[in-house]
Formats: sequence, C-alpha cells, structure tokens
Amino acid sequence: MTAATDSPVTEGSPIPRLIIVSAVTIALLFAAFFLYQIAQPIFGVIMLALATGFAIIFGANRYYGARFIFPGVSAVLIFIAFPVVYTIYIGFTNYSSFNLLTYDRTVEVLTSRGSVDPDTEQPFAVARDGDQFRIWLPDSGLLSDPVSLDEVAEATLSPADPPADLLERRDAIQLRSGLQALTLTTPEGTIIQNASLRTFGTVTPDYVRTGPNTLTRFDGAKLVADHETGFFVDEAGQNVPPGWRVGIGWDNFERIFTSEGIRGPMVSIFIWTFVFAIASVVLTFALGLTLAVILQWPHLRFKAVYRILLILPYAVPAFISILVFKGLFNQNFGEINLILEALFGVRPSWFTDGNLARVMVLIVNTWLGYPYMMLLAMGFLQAVPEDHKKAAALEGASALRVFFTITLPQIIPPFLPLLIASFAFNFNNMVLIFLLTRGLPDIPGTVIPAGETDILASFTYRLAFDNAGQQFGLAGAITLLIFLVVAAISYANFVAMRRAAQKRSGRVSA
Amino acid sequence: MIVERPKDLLVKKILAHGFMLIFLALILFPFFMVLSISFREGNFSVGSIIPENPTLEHWYLAFGLDYTRADGTVVEPPYPVMLWMWNSIKIGLIAGLGVLAIATISAYAFSRIRIKGKGAMLDGLFLIQMFPTTLALVAIYAIFDALGEVSPFLGLNSHTALVLIYLAGVTLHIWTIKGYFDSIDTALDKAAAIDGATPWQTFRFIFLPLAVPIMSVVFVLAFIGFINDYPIASVLIRSEDKMTLAVGSRLYLNEFQYLWGDFAAAAILSGLPITVVFLIAQRYLVSGLSDGAVKG
Repeated sequence: MTAATDSPVTEGSPIPRLIIVSAVTIALLFAAFFLYQIAQPIFGVIMLALATGFAIIFGANRYYGARFIFPGVSAVLIFIAFPVVYTIYIGFTNYSSFNLLTYDRTVEVLTSRGSVDPDTEQPFAVARDGDQFRIWLPDSGLLSDPVSLDEVAEATLSPADPPADLLERRDAIQLRSGLQALTLTTPEGTIIQNASLRTFGTVTPDYVRTGPNTLTRFDGAKLVADHETGFFVDEAGQNVPPGWRVGIGWDNFERIFTSEGIRGPMVSIFIWTFVFAIASVVLTFALGLTLAVILQWPHLRFKAVYRILLILPYAVPAFISILVFKGLFNQNFGEINLILEALFGVRPSWFTDGNLARVMVLIVNTWLGYPYMMLLAMGFLQAVPEDHKKAAALEGASALRVFFTITLPQIIPPFLPLLIASFAFNFNNMVLIFLLTRGLPDIPGTVIPAGETDILASFTYRLAFDNAGQQFGLAGAITLLIFLVVAAISYANFVAMRRAAQKRSGRVSA
Repeated sequence: MIVERPKDLLVKKILAHGFMLIFLALILFPFFMVLSISFREGNFSVGSIIPENPTLEHWYLAFGLDYTRADGTVVEPPYPVMLWMWNSIKIGLIAGLGVLAIATISAYAFSRIRIKGKGAMLDGLFLIQMFPTTLALVAIYAIFDALGEVSPFLGLNSHTALVLIYLAGVTLHIWTIKGYFDSIDTALDKAAAIDGATPWQTFRFIFLPLAVPIMSVVFVLAFIGFINDYPIASVLIRSEDKMTLAVGSRLYLNEFQYLWGDFAAAAILSGLPITVVFLIAQRYLVSGLSDGAVKG
C-alpha cells in the first residue's frame, strides 16, 4: 500500500496530541465544576466522567482501539442512556411547575423578595466624581459620599447643593449591579437601598433566613422547610410557593394506580396505544404486501412508474403530509368532507368524535406507512424460489393458495424483526398524533389532560410540556411504564433477529 | 402462472391496472389537493381542483415576499419559511456530517479493531437504540436547561443543543456501516499491516475510500431523519426565528389562525427538495434496511 508509506501522519511526536487532549480535558473539567456549582451535581458528575474518560483514552497509548469508538459510545451513553435513567429518576420526584427550583434557589428567591416603604421612596440620580460616583437624591437634597459602585458598599448621605455632572438615565442603569449592592444612611439614620430603576427607599425583606431550614417573615411568622413536600410551610400549615424538587418515592406511581381521574384515562390510552400500533402494523403490512405481489406479477407493465408513484407518500416528509391531512380532514372546509357530502350527504366530525378520530389516525398512518412495507416485501418476495411456486401450480393449487402456503411462510421469518421494529416505532409515533390531532378530543372527566387519540408517548409529552402544570414528575413515572413495554419489545426484536440470522447462516452453510 | 389462458390473462391485466389506477388516484389525492389549494385565493375558500381564479399570492408569501393584491392591499408573509428551511438544512447538514464521522469511525473499530467487550458493547448499543429519544424528552429538557447555565450557546433554544442530541442517534448507522465493512476482505487490512500501516492509516487510506457509497446513503438517511424530527426540536426550540421547518409548519394550522392556502404553498416549496433527495436515495436505502436487519 503506497498510501500508507508516503504519509507521515499520526506517528509524529506525541506532544501536540497531548496538548490538545489536556486543553479539551481542562475545558470539560471546568464545565463539570460549573455544573456542580449551579447545584446540578448529577450533570457535574457526568461531565467529570466524560472528562476522565477522554483524558485516559486519548492520553494513554494503551487504549488506541478505544479511541475510535469513544465519541460514538459517549454520545449514546450521555444523550440516550443517561436521559432514560434520569427520566426514571424524575419519576420519583415532584418536579413540576410548582416544584421547579433547587432548595438553594428557592431560599434565594424568597429572601430576595422585599417590600419598599412608600414614605421613604424617592427618585435618585448618579453624579460622577472623578473615578467614583455619588448618589444625589433631589427630593431631600442629599448627596452621598463617593463610592466606586463595583462592590458591596455603604455610604452616608449629607445635605448638599445639586451636583453639576449628573449621568444620563441610560448610563445610570448600566451601573445597576453596583447600585443594588449599595446601602445609604440618611442623616436621620434611616437606611435606604436601591428600590427600583429610578428610586431609592427603605426596603424590608419579606423573609430572612434564620436557620438552615427556617425563614422568618417580616411579620414575625416562622416558616419551616418541609423536605418531604418541597415547600416552606407557615404556622397555619399553608405552603408558600415556590417549592423545590424533592424525591417523593412511589407517590407518582401511587397516583397513577389509585387516582380514578388518572387511572381511568391511563387504561384507555394504554389499550388504544396497543390497538393503534398493532393495527398500523397489520394494515400497512397487508396493503404493502398486496401491492408488492401485484407489482411482482410478470405480466404487469409500467412497473417502474407505479412503483415511484406508490412510494411518494413515504418520500414526502411526514410532518408535511400529516399537516396536509389535518387540513383535508377539517370538519367545515376540508376537502374530504366536501366530497363525502357531495357523494353521500354526510359530514363526519373527524376531530370531535373519538372513534372517528381514531379511524382517521389509522387511515393517515396506513397512508404514511404502506410504502415502506411494500418496498421491503418486494425485496423479500424476490428471495422466494420460483420453482416452489411452479411446482405447487402444477399440482393444481390456485394462485391464492400458493401465496398463503408457499410464499407467505417463506417471507414471514425475515420480515418478523422489521414488523416488531415497526410496532415499536408506532408505539411511540408521537409525531403523527401530535401533528394530526394533538391527542384530542379530550376524554371527559379526567384530572389530567388526556385525549381519545393520545398514545402513551404523546400523553406524557402533553403532561410535561403542554399544559400549565408541567408535571415532569408524573410524566417521568409514566415514561418508566412505557420503558418497560419498550424494553420487552426490544428484547423480542433482539431474539427475533438472532433467530433470523442463525437460520440464514445455517441455510448458507448447509 | 406458468400456463395462462390468453383470455384470462387479459381480464387479469385489466383488473390489475384498474386496481392500480384507482388506488393511485386515492393515494395521490392529497398531493393534487395541496397543489390546487396553493393557487386558490384566500385561506378558507373551497373550489374545484383547477382553481377558477388562480393566484400566486401564497407562493409569494412562501418565498418570503410581500404580495400586492389587485385591490392594492399588501399582504406580508405570515412566517419566515425560508429561514426555517435554512435552519433545518443547516442543522441537518452539521448533525448529518457529525453522525457520519462518528458512525464510520466506530463501525470501523467495531468491525476490525480488537477491543475488550466489543460484543457486549454492540448488543448494548442495539438495545439502547430501541429506546426512542422522544421518551426521554423530560430529561433532555432538564439537561439542556442546566447546560444553558454553563453557556447559552449550549442551552435551550440553541441549534447546538439540537445538533448534540441528534449526534446520539448514531447507533443504527454504526450497524449499517459495520455490516458493509464486515463484507470487505480481511486480506486488505493484512496487506496494509504488513506494509506498516497503523489502524488509523488503514482506516483513513483503505476503508474510508471504499466506504464512500454506503456513507452517502447513511448521510442522506440521517439528514432526512433530522429534517423530519418534530418532538425533540419542539421541546428544545422556542423562538420563531430559531425554529426548524418541522416545528414551524405547525403554526400555520392552529385554531386561531388557519392559513390553509399559505401552508399549501410553503409545504410544496419545502417538501419538494426533500422528496426528490429521498426518491434518489431510496433504492439504496431499502436494500440497506433489509440486509442490515437480517445480517444482525
């Protein structure tokens, strides 16, 4: 191989490589530290593991082979495996729009709230004094001592004439962080602070942290952190929002299985998901196979044209065709209802009647999915030996009989893994449900948003992202249930593929 | 099948073609409708397949141009379709190339380099990839929410986040390319090793040039997959100017503003290039799919 000899790549000095490796490692370590600092220790640890793995595998020559798979494996671990685990973890917490923050952030939010005393509130201006600044309060005619405005500072006010060099409002706003860290004392001893963009005044904090788990309100009431529910509780037992995230064990699962308003729709969605996935596979497979058999018929002309036209639904991006169907099925001005009305005088309400909506979902999914099955079936049909069929036909078997006793049994085994994969795909076919019906119409009498056409995946999505509640915790718990199903499917697929592979290699060697 | 009477054959032929034509008419009906709607006036109007008063209004708007109606009123484009298309293409290209690079290198290693626990890792990858990323959306949202605090460049509503998460969809492609590498004669790498080539050189100068056909198929597949993604992009991307085509298109048909005509033109404009690319690639795609599945 001449190529290998005339190229002095990679085998040079290891120094440049080590420099790059160290630089990347340091960047990753910095990110890990930062994530830890903003109270995301889990992400910090992941980042740390990534940094360590990277440094070891690319730093040491021993792991030469592993360098090739490191990017792929770490991408899969971080962005597929970890999210799966993390989603399950969220299922055991109360993470939602009510319990969104970490504990430290919650305390910070509460203690930063303050009330301004309207009696002392007054406008201010900033005057330049050399490198430093003075605060000028025109209403009371007070001027502060010079301050640098780049750190926490205190200054006293004293009566003075208006300074000449006042900053523009815009420039004063740019000094905001310095102004907020400033405390001024009036000659009477009142302490005032920056209360808003334009004013200074006495600010009393609503809450003061008086212990690791206690806050004291301005009226003297004591708030205690309840780490079971993730809220501060006042003396009357009321929760004070915002709350923080805490682990709540199996509570979410208990809600799913015991709350009537959740269990009822869950069961119906669960059944529909299976019905939808199985029906989609069966319909697309039957239609695709039929078309493939017809296209395979030697006497048929214009095969190439038919084939291209039949594939079109598969070739057009799904998100476009689904939206097109959404428009065509529209109750009032959709073209499908116009035609149905002209022909039969009916105007089905595709989007408001649960059963019709489900039929529509299946029609659209069959339209979207049959070309894939047809293409696969055409491939597998070619592998069926022609002489088997001929022999059967000579024995007097009808074409249908030949198909069901000779052809079908031969193509089902290699087809099986693909059918299972198709089932898994449809089981989580969120795009279709989402763009077509968004899960609607709603199931009546539920405490959570649940629709007649919702499948489990779209249901969890709506739970987490679509309503005001943002119930990430509950969504995570339901996702765990979906994971169990998906795990079973993927194991089944794995076994089916192994079998198909063994059969094939067995046949080749025999 | 072998002995066919001419008369029966003719009837069968007519039946087959008749079935095909009726079926095609049904299947292709949405396409004709969309084409017709895109030339109709207004966004609600109904009419015949061939519009009575064809107008280019929706097409002007789809291309991002103002349209002046006959009565002098100027209509502005409702959404930046071209920008969305550019976003989609940009993300698809970058993520597609990234996936291609990762997948090819990993596939080479899995096919040729001796690594401890390779078999287990391959099985693991296969099982993991059965879990669709869509299911872990809550976690993905939380992850990028946190990364956004490190740098907004990596956080929610950034294209980098989208590309990063797409890179994880590499498993299936590793399998496809590995299947291809497995079919290459081992004599080639032995010859290279005798000439003193390192595994990297063997990959760079022998396997990479050989893999160009399968790599182009994988790239097209990955690219189309990313363009078509809706769930992940809809969770990560919030602002209108950052949206991809898949996320943005949905805005056309909501209850409050139903822009059927504008949508039709935008759909054809954006769907056509992807469709053409797909039709060119589908031949390879299907053989790859059925082979890959059976090879295991």
